[in-house]
Amino acid sequence: MRYAMAIDTKKCVGCGDCVVACQTENNVPIGYCRDWVVEVTHGTYPQLELEIRSERCNHCDNAPCVRCCPTGASHYADGGIVLVTEEKCIGCGACIASCPYDARYPHPEGYVDKCTFCHHRVEKGQKPACVEVCPTKCLYFGDLDDPHSDVSKVLKKRKFKTLIPEAGTDPQLYFLI
Amino acid sequence: MREELIISGRMNYKVDPNLHIWGWEIALYLFLGGLAAGVLFFAALYYIRKRDDEYEAAVKWVPMLTPFFLVIGLGALFLDLHHKPFFWRLYTTIKLQSPMSWGAWTLMVITPLSIVWGATYVREMFPKWDWKYKWLYDLEAFFIKNRMTLAWIMITFASILGIYTGILLSAFNARPLWNTSILGPLFLVSGMSAGAALIMMLSKNPLERKRFAQMDLMLIGIEIFLIIHMFMGFKASTAVQIETANLFLGGPYTLPFWIFAVFLGMVLPAMLEIWELKGKHIPVYIPALLIIFGNIMLRFIIVYAGQASRYLY
Repeated sequence: MRYAMAIDTKKCVGCGDCVVACQTENNVPIGYCRDWVVEVTHGTYPQLELEIRSERCNHCDNAPCVRCCPTGASHYADGGIVLVTEEKCIGCGACIASCPYDARYPHPEGYVDKCTFCHHRVEKGQKPACVEVCPTKCLYFGDLDDPHSDVSKVLKKRKFKTLIPEAGTDPQLYFLI
Repeated sequence: MREELIISGRMNYKVDPNLHIWGWEIALYLFLGGLAAGVLFFAALYYIRKRDDEYEAAVKWVPMLTPFFLVIGLGALFLDLHHKPFFWRLYTTIKLQSPMSWGAWTLMVITPLSIVWGATYVREMFPKWDWKYKWLYDLEAFFIKNRMTLAWIMITFASILGIYTGILLSAFNARPLWNTSILGPLFLVSGMSAGAALIMMLSKNPLERKRFAQMDLMLIGIEIFLIIHMFMGFKASTAVQIETANLFLGGPYTLPFWIFAVFLGMVLPAMLEIWELKGKHIPVYIPALLIIFGNIMLRFIIVYAGQASRYLY
């Protein structure tokens, strides 16, 4: 089993519903974000290209945060989801410095926090909150090992890219282009 | 033109707008760790070479300061932790892939070792010292008898500690400035140079001062070689590394790095030491303090600039 997410950059309108849904679902403290929307403008007027990406932790297969964590608080859970065990985390910040996507932050309570792919929902068979609420249905989530999952089906049909593949982290967010 | 904006808003504490998760605490910790590693390395080295009576400051009493350096450094590290009540978790596991983990264990060995090493010389340096309890005298006799074994363990762990202060940073491939294997040897040599400078400054023996001035000259030469090598590597590498090198070659860190760390901390003290060795009288604390100042600057600049270097996407 390998959970992954695909984000359709052609369908995303940058409304930010995913961000609000995540903050509500996961009780993210005010002023913090586990996911965010990036808008990239490329070219010069009138030849402009726009790409909108809903981003979050990439739940990398070769996660530098897991490697650098001195206590084992950052770990791979079932399906390759990268999680932080709060009571093992000393808040040293090594994982924050090691993430090329800047996906982690120190929670006001001290431990390090980040996107969990809504692990608590996924283990009940539900989709992550951001995927559930997306009004344009541009987020796809599922098991890459299951050829019938939403994410497997869309990745079979569409071209995609990952972010900073040269960092060698083997990220599991796929951006449909 | 290419413009990238986070339109949903994101201002995560210590991450945005630029990463600044590590501040002065880590820089100070790396400096004090390197300094202690340097002093303990020379103490063990000259004891093993049976020069302890010749180089008294290096072997016998400057190492007595290292437990303070290590404890202050560890205190700074503790201050930097965000989840302080759980710090003991560091010692419930050993993760070889995480430099911070084996660094914590190295400190667990070398801190008590530095205390023991200093304690074995306390009565020799301060003849009126009284351990009060017989078992402390027995313990002292045991460690004095086994000083050679202690010296070998200490030289090994001092080298590991010195390298660790650099490898801690170089393990982060997300930060191109840190992600170079040169940082390990650079911080080791730089820590040894600070250690030699401290011994040189505190020693009263002209022969010992001369030996450590020569040692420092050689170490500064190696440091400059490693720094040039590091920038050559960056400039000949990928876009992110070129961008990183440019932070120091025209970018915001150019002046602090080349003036404070390299010129004032390496080139000028090296020149002063050459003059001194040629017979001109220069107060020893000037080159020594400059070297220590350069060492602190190097750690601060690398810690801060590393967080400004990043992948572009």
